[in-house]
Amino acid sequence: MIDTEIKVTPQIASEHGLTPEEYARIQKILGRDPNFTELGIFSVMWSEHCSYKSSRVHLKRLPTEGKYVVQGPGENAGVVDIGDGLCAVFKIESHNHPSFVEPFQGAATGVGGILRDIFTMGARPIAVLDSLRFGPIAAGPGAGSATAEDIARNRRILDGVIRGIGFYGNCFGVPTVGGEVVFEPCYSNNPLVNALALGIARREELFFARARGVGNPVIYAGAKTGRDGIHGASLLASAEFSEESQQKRPNVQVGDPFMEKLLLEACLEAMRTGAVVAIQDMGAAGLTSSSSEMASRGGLGIEIDLARVPQRETGMTPYEIMLSESQERMLLVAERGRERQVFEVFQKWGLDAVEVGRVTSDGKLRILDHGRLAAEIPAHAIAEEGPRYERPIAKPRASAPQAKMGLLEFAPKGSDLTENFRQLLASPTIASKYWITEQYDSMVRTNTRVGPGSGDAAVLRLKETKRALALATDGNGRWCFLAPRLGAMHAVAEAARNVACAGARPIAATNCLNFGNPEKPEVMWQFSEAIDGISEACRALDIPVTGGNVSFYNETLGKPIYPTPVLGVLGLLEDAECALGSGFYREGDAILLLEGRSQEASLKAAAKDALNELSSSEYAKTIHGVVAGTPPAIDLAAEKRLIECLVKLASAKIILSAHDISDGGLAVTLAESCFSSEGLSAEIALDFDTANEAAEFALFGERGARVVVSVASSSLASVRAVAAQYNVNVQPIGTVSRGEFRIQYKGTPVIHGDIGSFRKIWAGRIGSAIEAR
Amino acid sequence: MKFGVVQFPGSNCDDDAYHAIGSVIGQPVEFIWHQSEKVSGFDAIILPGGFAYGDYLRTGAIARFSPVMKAVDRFAHSGGLVLGICNGFQILLEAGLLPGAMMRNKGLRYLCRQVHIRVECTDTPFTCAAQRGQVLMAPIAHNDGNYFCEPATLAELERNDQIIFRYVAPDGHDAAENDREANPNGSLAAIAGICNRERNVVGLMPHPERAVESPLGSADGLVVFRSMVASLARRASVPA
Repeated sequence: MIDTEIKVTPQIASEHGLTPEEYARIQKILGRDPNFTELGIFSVMWSEHCSYKSSRVHLKRLPTEGKYVVQGPGENAGVVDIGDGLCAVFKIESHNHPSFVEPFQGAATGVGGILRDIFTMGARPIAVLDSLRFGPIAAGPGAGSATAEDIARNRRILDGVIRGIGFYGNCFGVPTVGGEVVFEPCYSNNPLVNALALGIARREELFFARARGVGNPVIYAGAKTGRDGIHGASLLASAEFSEESQQKRPNVQVGDPFMEKLLLEACLEAMRTGAVVAIQDMGAAGLTSSSSEMASRGGLGIEIDLARVPQRETGMTPYEIMLSESQERMLLVAERGRERQVFEVFQKWGLDAVEVGRVTSDGKLRILDHGRLAAEIPAHAIAEEGPRYERPIAKPRASAPQAKMGLLEFAPKGSDLTENFRQLLASPTIASKYWITEQYDSMVRTNTRVGPGSGDAAVLRLKETKRALALATDGNGRWCFLAPRLGAMHAVAEAARNVACAGARPIAATNCLNFGNPEKPEVMWQFSEAIDGISEACRALDIPVTGGNVSFYNETLGKPIYPTPVLGVLGLLEDAECALGSGFYREGDAILLLEGRSQEASLKAAAKDALNELSSSEYAKTIHGVVAGTPPAIDLAAEKRLIECLVKLASAKIILSAHDISDGGLAVTLAESCFSSEGLSAEIALDFDTANEAAEFALFGERGARVVVSVASSSLASVRAVAAQYNVNVQPIGTVSRGEFRIQYKGTPVIHGDIGSFRKIWAGRIGSAIEAR
Repeated sequence: MKFGVVQFPGSNCDDDAYHAIGSVIGQPVEFIWHQSEKVSGFDAIILPGGFAYGDYLRTGAIARFSPVMKAVDRFAHSGGLVLGICNGFQILLEAGLLPGAMMRNKGLRYLCRQVHIRVECTDTPFTCAAQRGQVLMAPIAHNDGNYFCEPATLAELERNDQIIFRYVAPDGHDAAENDREANPNGSLAAIAGICNRERNVVGLMPHPERAVESPLGSADGLVVFRSMVASLARRASVPA
């Protein structure tokens, strides 16, 4: 037993979030009681956040292999081959809990953390997307029971989060190019802040976090270690919120994007010297996770003397140093004899770089404090032998009412629905996000071909090649709440469809799985169902999952969020010139509705499913406060055909714009395509049958595998020819116009008004809500 | 003819300026490290955008004390062309190479968007290839771009035709007072860019280096770099 100031008891272990069984297992691994530092190390590495103990058995079901995949889950980020010797390195991660406790720093360090995951692999970050979810920021039927106090708090959280994201990304010099912002009452006390980063590396220059070479020096680089963020991963991210959560503010880390920028440049330059053997960032669980994981992956040990660790404060104990989550730090293994080359690079960038230890052959993580043994644990045991739980699973009783007629109020036949349409455009989920995205630098590095709000996916050209990459994130918590498996399938399909709308072939995915408390069987059921849904859809669409993150315990006072899997899908464009935006292009062009299902299949499905398409929609929630039924049925074969068809149409440069039909249905999709090109409008006549006569079904119903495209009217025959090859249904529904926006349904005008006045409602909503005094 | 792009710790538009000059304009270009005490062999120096030294204390306040700025000062005083973009402009103000100061944007928020600026003078090496009154579309991306100076300085700037670019409406009309669409950061007299009295030092907040390839939104910024190339070519052909 190694002495420490505090004697470990089962009681202290329990305060560290370890169960009696887990504590017994630690005693067995060590063959003795752990000391206080060792207990801290185990508790953080075996926390839900670091060990994935509740999710691992399920995550195994995800498809992770494919022809583009270079590195699947298990490293700092996923890697896919994008041709010309280049690799795309990308991953999404959550920072939900810190962002609720301290929105600005929580979101900022979320961005910082995911950026380090990318450049630790040798890739230069070229884009960030943020998938954000907040509670209501305005009153109305869609705001549920949110009080004025909730609304004020949600506005403050949103403001802090977007300032934090901008603060970090803008200074670091990575463009923030897209993502989503969604509002639902369930996120009132538990916002979701998921950040995705994408980087580019030459294939032969990739780096991995695998220690090699007994005797090689272990080098600490970057910011000094302080007392901030201790137990960020274990106590903050791995427990629900209670009324005392605000007291957890000291567990949130503080970010310095300037330091991270220096660290990026220094790391990439050090890697180019050839003297670096392995590297891992100190993210969650800081020095503990980086050292034990690098050792474990290499099948070796690491010995560190904490006296050499650069420290910001005096008197830090081994426990504090090992558990600190101070930001902007890296741990490297260098080649013995060439460490000078590494030191010189860090010196050039004005950063600390110190040899703190060495690689050993005994497989142990050995921590010394001024030469005195402070902890000694088998590295593999902490990194890989954490508990795995097959948590109990139970399907909850129906959580939402069935979809049936009478639930929604329909406008009498012949009356106009323009007022409802206006309200829908003002719904924060649908309203323009420009006020938010213009606070992010979306253009730095001059690769942004399609930026925020101009397309269904962000498109980044690659200066080294003709190619471009497209990225979109999607998730639909409401649908996953109604039916997690189906909802998760839709999230995959929608993200893939968005990428295809930009003209890119979807090639890989990363996922961020945001759920409630995994110790509740109902939450575990949602999780398991969502994994099955993601797996099925990713297999059908041939999109392997190369990594991601699980965030459990998204609950406050026992109330879980909607189960919210967020999918980030990466697409590849062979020719950047073929990238498409979502806005209409020119007056007089034809507007077409493309549907993956045949007309016949579509009618049959609609007959069965029309009520669900409306009852689970943004329209039902916003206008009637109704969330009911199940999400619309999904047809993955139809999704696949539509994706293939879009990629072909884009690469042949036949279509001029493409926009996926999702939140708000066809009517909102058409309006958005007008809004993106100021001055343009649309003249639409819908003639198709739905299961019900009410125009709402056609205007606002939501279902998969549909997009609106625009083409020169002379290209209509070419579109039909391509669509026929893929068995995709084409319906001309109108023309790009100017001024008046008009939709007729079966000969009756149902929505009409000046496009400028609609745009105004949609454009100003979020800014005016947040800046309201 | 050789361009230099200064790299401060925290510069993040250095690669973009390098790309615009090297790959788009096709002129020789090299980076200059912030600790260089000499900048010899260059004809034009660009101070790029970013957050030099983290922009702690105040934008550009630390950068002005870096060794390279002494050299840039000498370079400017010997007639070399100096272009400060965004953070580079802020540094030129702090260094006293241009008059005035930057305040936080009027709305107290970072703004990244395309803006329209009007070329007010063409008798500078940075605008000689443009037309007077020509409207350029280029993006801004900054927290502190709200230009301010004392009335006497403003009068002098106007008297000497030192206001090179003004924020305007897309059709080239003056931005009305409090028009946050046309003049988004609230700059005094809608000033987007100025030069020194000798006209060889220019600072501007919009990013011409981000507006050199039309697939990315605009190629209007090319005229700034083409002007510099034309003016340097003229200098080279005239014996000193």
